[in-house]
Amino acid sequence: MDNASDTNTAYPDANGRFGDFGGRYVAETLMPPILALEKAYEEAKADPSFQKELDYFMTHYVGRPSPLYFAERLTEHAGGAKIYFKRDELNHTGAHKINNCMGQLLLAKRMGKKRIIAETGAGQHGVATATVAARLGMECIVYMGAVDIVRQKPNVFRMRLLGAEVRAVHSGTATLKDAMNEALRDWVTNVSETFYCIGTVAGPHPYPAMVRDFQAVIGREAKQQILEAEGRLPDAAVACIGGGSNAMGLFHEFVPHKEVRLIGVEAAGKGVKSGLHAASLTGGTPGILHGNRTYLLQDEHGQIADAHSISAGLDYPGIGPEHSYLHDIGRAEYVSATDDEALECFQLCARLEGILPALEPSHAIPRTLELAKELGKDGLIIMNMCGRGDKDVFTIADALGEHISEGTEG
Amino acid sequence: MTHRIDQTFAARRAANQSAFVAYIMAGDPDRAASQAFLNALPDAGVDIIELGIPFTDPMADGIVIENAGIRARESGTTLTSVLDMASEFRKTNDTTPIIVMGYANPLHHMGYVKFAAAAKAAGVDGAIIVDLPPEEDGDLRDAFEVHDLALIRLATPTTDAERLPKVVAGTKGFVYYVSMNGITGDSFAQAGFVTEQVTRVRDAANLPVVVGFGVKTPERAREVAKDADGVVVGTSIVKTLHEDGPEAALALIRSLADATHTPR
Ligand SMILES: Cc1ncc(COP(=O)(O)O)c(C=O)c1O
Repeated sequence: MDNASDTNTAYPDANGRFGDFGGRYVAETLMPPILALEKAYEEAKADPSFQKELDYFMTHYVGRPSPLYFAERLTEHAGGAKIYFKRDELNHTGAHKINNCMGQLLLAKRMGKKRIIAETGAGQHGVATATVAARLGMECIVYMGAVDIVRQKPNVFRMRLLGAEVRAVHSGTATLKDAMNEALRDWVTNVSETFYCIGTVAGPHPYPAMVRDFQAVIGREAKQQILEAEGRLPDAAVACIGGGSNAMGLFHEFVPHKEVRLIGVEAAGKGVKSGLHAASLTGGTPGILHGNRTYLLQDEHGQIADAHSISAGLDYPGIGPEHSYLHDIGRAEYVSATDDEALECFQLCARLEGILPALEPSHAIPRTLELAKELGKDGLIIMNMCGRGDKDVFTIADALGEHISEGTEG
Repeated sequence: MTHRIDQTFAARRAANQSAFVAYIMAGDPDRAASQAFLNALPDAGVDIIELGIPFTDPMADGIVIENAGIRARESGTTLTSVLDMASEFRKTNDTTPIIVMGYANPLHHMGYVKFAAAAKAAGVDGAIIVDLPPEEDGDLRDAFEVHDLALIRLATPTTDAERLPKVVAGTKGFVYYVSMNGITGDSFAQAGFVTEQVTRVRDAANLPVVVGFGVKTPERAREVAKDADGVVVGTSIVKTLHEDGPEAALALIRSLADATHTPR
């Protein structure tokens, strides 16, 4: 990784705060390990040999740089600004998630930890973790909500093929947040030998900053690529938001460039007004969960509310603390898209561009199309195509009322 | 009020005994039954009550306490109703300390200042908030200070010598030593290890040290009581209450309290 963007690392502060957000809200048992992790990460970041090894794997294993692709037919369809896709769905394992896993597991190796645990929603982070763990010869245990195991069957099988153990989590809503609770419980229990590879820019400090840094390669490449292709920066960068890692990865490089609008798209489920959604910034309030203070979906008593989204990867009642900060200072804009909009745009993108997007980035498409119209022909947009949709075909078939396989529900 | 806490430990210490601390989940299975159970605890030998505040995402708890929290929430328990239970208890008992125990978000959502005033008014003596390590509990500590409420910190096997002074500084009432790396309901660490750790924490804190996590039987309670100033039992009480009802749970508590109170 080059260090061209180090001007943009003023946040978080020494306590892991992005303004009022972030921090380290964990049980005492986990304080010493997260302080040790922070120290190990700082040392690795400053060590050229770590960067060199990471660069090697990013190029030859992950397949970076990912292309910046002009989505010509979608642009024509929208009838406005030029739309580019940053094609992180072409990475090994099919999503941006592996950028982070590569970084964290090389760090785990450096720290001498051989037991890796992870939580997963869509299964993409689980697959990426299982993949890198296999490559580095590490034990891998992935916690996944029982509901998500049904929704994302192909990924569950992929993880098992890669030698990981997938542990079903039945507690709470049996989705991503509960998988994270269970992973935290594992970590407190097996603290000395375990490395917890968190899959998004959330959790206690240093995870939000560390995961952002590992994902920031997306925006660094995109900036260089758009300058080559168009000779200027885009008017807007758009990305879907679950915990916010693909979005932070794309945004980070552009944060100092005030002329670039940063737009995060949350999952509106059946509509923000319906109460059945996962839009933490659009419909939530600040609170404390999973190690950080951030916007959360919660009731009037401070109990965490259930999130709802057709996309397992977005079905989370919180959001990374840096997004809460960018939201409050007005640097980034946060909007949302419903299940139905995502489904419609999934099909549109498949037919017009020959790309099956994952359900997660399918949420970014409707807002990108609207923005293209708003900006007009001279506009320029980069949308993060952060994952491919192969994992979602069963869910989509279900939603479209087609029967393509046994056991798509259950 | 640290006053009730201090007096409780002083009385047991004078008799050369350890104090028995019982954890129950407020509102499990419902408000009325839980209130009756709470009110019966002192007569069953409980010296200090830990009153659990249910939370949707109890990441330091095992399945027994998580399920108790679900039952409590389903029966309508909120942070406010937990405090109401404490008020009700205080109508007939002014000596047994009540420490509320839970996670930060419900308190944060109410507002720490408002919570501290409400807790004081309800006759609560302190709180243990699992996900507020010393690095993050400053605001709540300031709010508690105003009302002389004890914010009790947790020390764990991972709290090393360098970190321990920071953990015990500013803690009031007592220090809660978590006997092993794990969640509530897991099995107990080696007894010898715990003896060593209690001494280490007491020396650093100059406060009573209670030991919790993993104590399930009277035999174990008696063993821990030899070293610790207090012994906490949670999961097995919550489990017995749920599976066998209040009479069985009170009988278990009596046997645990008797074992804990064995003079040293
Ligand atoms: C393809 C894809 N995009 C997005 C997400 C959401 O995560 P984040 O917001 O951290 O990028 C996921 C999560 O599983 C995913 O698989």
